[in-house]
Amino acid sequence: MITQNSNEEPSYLDYKGKYKGIFGWILSTDHKRIGLLYLFSIMSFFVIGATIGLLMKFELIAPGKTIITAQTYNAFFTLHGIIMIFAVVIPGLPAVFGNFLLPIMIGAKDVAFPRLNLLSWYFYVTGVTLVLISQFTGQGPPDTGWTFYAPYSFRTTGNMLPAVFGAFVLGFSSILTGLNFLVTIHRLRAPGMTWLKMPLFPWTLYATGWVQLLATPIIGITLLMIAAERVLHIGFFDPTLGGDPLLYQHLFWTYSHPAVYIMILPAMGAISEIIPTFCHKTIFGYNFIVASSIAIAFVGYFIWGHHMFTSGMSGTALYTFSLLTFIVAIPSAIKVFNWISTMHKASIDLQTPFYWAVGFLFVFMIGGFSGLVLGSLATDIHLHNTHFVVAHFHFIVFGGTGYAFFGAMHYWYPKITGKMYDSRWANIGLIIFFTGFITLYGAMFFLGMKGMPRRYYDYDEIFHTGNIISSLGAMVMYFGLAVIIINLVASLKNGRKAPSDPWGGKTLEWTIPSPPPVENFNEIPVITKGPYNYK
Amino acid sequence: MAENEKNHIIPYRTFLYVLAGLIALTLTSVTLTQISLGTLTVVIALIIAAIKSSFVLRIFMHLKFENKMFSRAVIGVIALLCAVITITLLDYLNR
Repeated sequence: MITQNSNEEPSYLDYKGKYKGIFGWILSTDHKRIGLLYLFSIMSFFVIGATIGLLMKFELIAPGKTIITAQTYNAFFTLHGIIMIFAVVIPGLPAVFGNFLLPIMIGAKDVAFPRLNLLSWYFYVTGVTLVLISQFTGQGPPDTGWTFYAPYSFRTTGNMLPAVFGAFVLGFSSILTGLNFLVTIHRLRAPGMTWLKMPLFPWTLYATGWVQLLATPIIGITLLMIAAERVLHIGFFDPTLGGDPLLYQHLFWTYSHPAVYIMILPAMGAISEIIPTFCHKTIFGYNFIVASSIAIAFVGYFIWGHHMFTSGMSGTALYTFSLLTFIVAIPSAIKVFNWISTMHKASIDLQTPFYWAVGFLFVFMIGGFSGLVLGSLATDIHLHNTHFVVAHFHFIVFGGTGYAFFGAMHYWYPKITGKMYDSRWANIGLIIFFTGFITLYGAMFFLGMKGMPRRYYDYDEIFHTGNIISSLGAMVMYFGLAVIIINLVASLKNGRKAPSDPWGGKTLEWTIPSPPPVENFNEIPVITKGPYNYK
Repeated sequence: MAENEKNHIIPYRTFLYVLAGLIALTLTSVTLTQISLGTLTVVIALIIAAIKSSFVLRIFMHLKFENKMFSRAVIGVIALLCAVITITLLDYLNR
């Protein structure tokens, strides 16, 4: 498949362009530098969001007020949700690894619209800044939760409009990134790279790009409607103005459920790259994995209503959404079976990225199965708005996207930085993180089944033990996270030099030096074989 | 120059006809809101809006002269939108 590139060009890290210092980064249109801009931004916001989450768990370690007031707790879960959803997990894998690796993996020198790519990052930073401004201006921070549910979202005295506008601007960043990736994949694939010779990570970015492009405008319009209702008193969602609160939920989830697939599809793509590399084996069922990515993106548009089972929808809508929810589990399961089949009889190289991939499979399966419990109408009545939902959500989004993000980080770290990290500390960090993760969110499943509602800062004594376990898990997980991040940062200085292909990967990024040269390839490679050619 | 990058000059007369058509359809849409047609009100309003959109896309945005792939993509997106609206109506029409 591969044309080896013995490149004499300086790496993208050493390249001296028109601008120097920080301006060489924030004005760069190089897809790799933009990927790293996203990485630094997203990791910074992730640490902020995780710290807020930890503070919430400190509050919940005992009934009654522990460290913060009820109003502050409401503001915290709102900010935690907005930052983690809109600023971390939605852009996470596509913006960081998609930007850095998509052009390289398809044999291109950059994305189709490099300037638009940089503009997307500026939209991203502006959106998050607006959200953060909302916390410290006006009549107090927003307290609606990240879903901004109407009619409360236009009645609360919290500083809603900057937060809503921030989410709106973040949406533009997502749309432009999706559009850029779609055009890049359509127009810039290397000669010979037919659709079914394209690696699976770009395939998932392609499916994600369509979701970003088609679903995100819906949330943009919906957030503007909230603003119009608050400022101009136009009755969209407020019953007293002739509006319908359920319409808001329909519109919000019409975007926000497909958004879950913006989060998870690239994560699945990263896992599909890691597993064959460390199994030294062609991925099992390539065509089915591709088809299931498209199927997930497509069916994902039609299942938003399972977030509204207790909201008062018609019976017909309830049955339809429940059925469609069960259908979307099929392509997800196909992927899981294919990954496991790839491991079957493989000569597995047990390295840190592979451990993350296996961890992903474990927690994603628990998240997926608990999702079926919530997708079933009868059980959802009992579990809706309890900690069970929060646990399910974190198993899927943090367990899915988060594990894949860290797996991808450890997999592509040598390529991105040109350095190897300390595997021992990476594995220790992973074990601590995993232990904390299961303790934190596993306990919340049981709390939810016992009936503890979400978004309450106080609780009955019967929930105390579960909350102590969960809060201790949060501390352990946070500590594991610190070990992982410190190890990666320290390895930038202390790590040994990375070879061009430290893991024995077969996709194009492993054919160029680590870190990659500015224009990626001396000569655009000509593709003659599939991406996982291990024979 | 690629085929889909060719310039197409559309006479002003055509633009004026389209503008007149759009205004007429808007007036029809507004007039129909005064008549009680039940559920059909929304359906008719959406059909009129779809016709208006197709004029804008095909003539003003030159979709008529573009590569067929773009037309298919637009049709796919409209089909998706129709499916989303239909599923939403499963709730509203059956409450």
